[in-house]
Amino acid sequence: MNTQLLIQLLVNGLVVGTLYGVVAMSFVLIYKATQVVNFAQGELLLVGAWVCWALMIKYQVPFYLAMPITMVFMFIFGILVQLVFMRPMIGEPIISVIMVTIALSTVLQAAMKWIFGVNPQPFPQVFASQSVDVLGLQIQTVYVMSLIVSVAMIAGMAWFFQSSKHGLAMRATAFDQQVAQSLGISVKSVFAMSWAISATVSAVAGVVVAVVNGVSSGLSIYGIKVFPATILGGLDSIGGAVLGGIIIGLLENFAQFIDGEYLHWGNLYEVAPFYVLIIILMIKPYGLFGTKDIERV
Amino acid sequence: MASSLIPAGDFRTSYAVDTTIFPTVTSRNFAIAGVVLCALAPFALNDYWMSMLIAIGIYGIAALGLNVLLGFTGQISIGHAAFFLFGAFTSAYLSSKMGVPAFFAIPLSGLVTALVGLIFGLPAARLKGLYLAIATLAAQYILLDFFARAEWFSGGSVPASAEPFSIFGYTFTGDHQYFYVVLAYVVVSFLLVTNMMRTRDGRALIAVRDHYLSAEIMGINLTYYRTLSFGIAAFFAGIGGALYAHYQLVVSYEGFGIERSVLFLAMVIIGGLGSVMGTLMGTAFVVLLPEAMEWLSAALRGGVIDQTLGLKNNITFVREIAIGVIIIAFLVFEPDGLAHRWHQIKAYWKFYPFSH
Repeated sequence: MNTQLLIQLLVNGLVVGTLYGVVAMSFVLIYKATQVVNFAQGELLLVGAWVCWALMIKYQVPFYLAMPITMVFMFIFGILVQLVFMRPMIGEPIISVIMVTIALSTVLQAAMKWIFGVNPQPFPQVFASQSVDVLGLQIQTVYVMSLIVSVAMIAGMAWFFQSSKHGLAMRATAFDQQVAQSLGISVKSVFAMSWAISATVSAVAGVVVAVVNGVSSGLSIYGIKVFPATILGGLDSIGGAVLGGIIIGLLENFAQFIDGEYLHWGNLYEVAPFYVLIIILMIKPYGLFGTKDIERV
Repeated sequence: MASSLIPAGDFRTSYAVDTTIFPTVTSRNFAIAGVVLCALAPFALNDYWMSMLIAIGIYGIAALGLNVLLGFTGQISIGHAAFFLFGAFTSAYLSSKMGVPAFFAIPLSGLVTALVGLIFGLPAARLKGLYLAIATLAAQYILLDFFARAEWFSGGSVPASAEPFSIFGYTFTGDHQYFYVVLAYVVVSFLLVTNMMRTRDGRALIAVRDHYLSAEIMGINLTYYRTLSFGIAAFFAGIGGALYAHYQLVVSYEGFGIERSVLFLAMVIIGGLGSVMGTLMGTAFVVLLPEAMEWLSAALRGGVIDQTLGLKNNITFVREIAIGVIIIAFLVFEPDGLAHRWHQIKAYWKFYPFSH
């Protein structure tokens, strides 16, 4: 057994898993606040990454400026998506809303290919040193950065929901829209805010992935990996989403290890999360921390 | 939904009249005339148009299955292309490796696909619609990975081959002859589904869609009917896929990713959720849209618009954007689809001088 490889892969898993956790968290944010299952989450990553790339390559903006500009852009972009596509769908059956987000993902995916081309583009070098030495393991600097940024975003989100006024308003809306409205919370602006925050957080995750792997349409797979993560953690639990993301990330890399060392099936890395998804739906459909739906008429 | 569009003054006085397949004699005659006209089509049209008609028929059958699930039961599947492909590979496997004649292989692969669909559908069908959406998303990835891996079944990277369709020693070759096979399947499938909607099971599906709680209180077994409807959807996807396999004679898993599943959704939404005939209209729309865009870009070639947008190289992306935008537009502005539009046009002429 190759212990060195296993540890390396598990570290990879932790880094990628935390990113999954961040994306899953922003997915759950939209689901909780607006009851929309967003199949276009991965495309939000994609748009963010391309915008940042374009700023740095086409307009020669330094990274420390490009990042905030991207975030502001995505904040506005999220509000626009909510205003234009999601607001007309309020009160429609859930499957119609799902289909709008699916169509939206098709549109964004194709538009990005149209504007930036189909070839993957490397991201400009952000850090001076390639890798750092942590406990005898060579870990790429970008991985450390990725982990730090992810943890910071999770912590920021936790603070936002626990302590800030807007976060509390959002939680109240998620709990009961009518009650929230009667307490003077503007449900409309909460809806727009949740999309804006979700888009911004996703874009940061997108840029982080892009710095590690380069920008390509393959980035949107992170939006698909959200589903195993959130189903595992429970669809409406933000903490569960983060934990689910980390577990899925670790599991993917562990599957790759098993595959490479013993099974030699190939490609197990990509499908393993979906097998997990089906198994969870069979044995524990509401996930680890999700609320079990109690229907009232 | 269609029944609510029957004009005032058209009374149904008995249950027998209320549940006929065709609401009026005229509509029945029109349907028969339509089928006869299609049967004569190979004598008048060239290969290009025949291949279009065959594509509409094949995808129409698969979309019909999706409409039973989406339009009549209110559940959603994002893995329809994978089930379609599963039917295609099963039929190819049965006909070329097991020696089953294509005549039997097509319905058999429908049944096998329905069984495979149930493996994915069973855990999700007892939950709400969005769980089925997520489970079928997983099915899409798992099945495509399976096709790429299982060389004994799908040939792996080498496309699988299928035997041509033959009956009583007569082989159907070429578009003009194969068209009749597709036409027969289209007529049978659409009659089956229209008929099923008049039965207890069909009405139970609609009850589940409209208000699942009341349906459950009235004694409808939710899990059973959700699973049944998912099985029907997978069955028709398999039939469509099998017809595709015997038409193309080779099956490859390329091009059946999630975009294809979105196309199936588009067919149903554009045609009209819960409208049997609308499904065909929607399929025709989605099949002909790329062709129409091809003609359009050919007409614009070399012009100013072509040069600024770079249409020639990016026509596939423009097409994908168009599909997405059209789905959104239909969902927002015309949730009942083309079928509803068609009813309005008919109503306009029926009441011509007094259209309001």
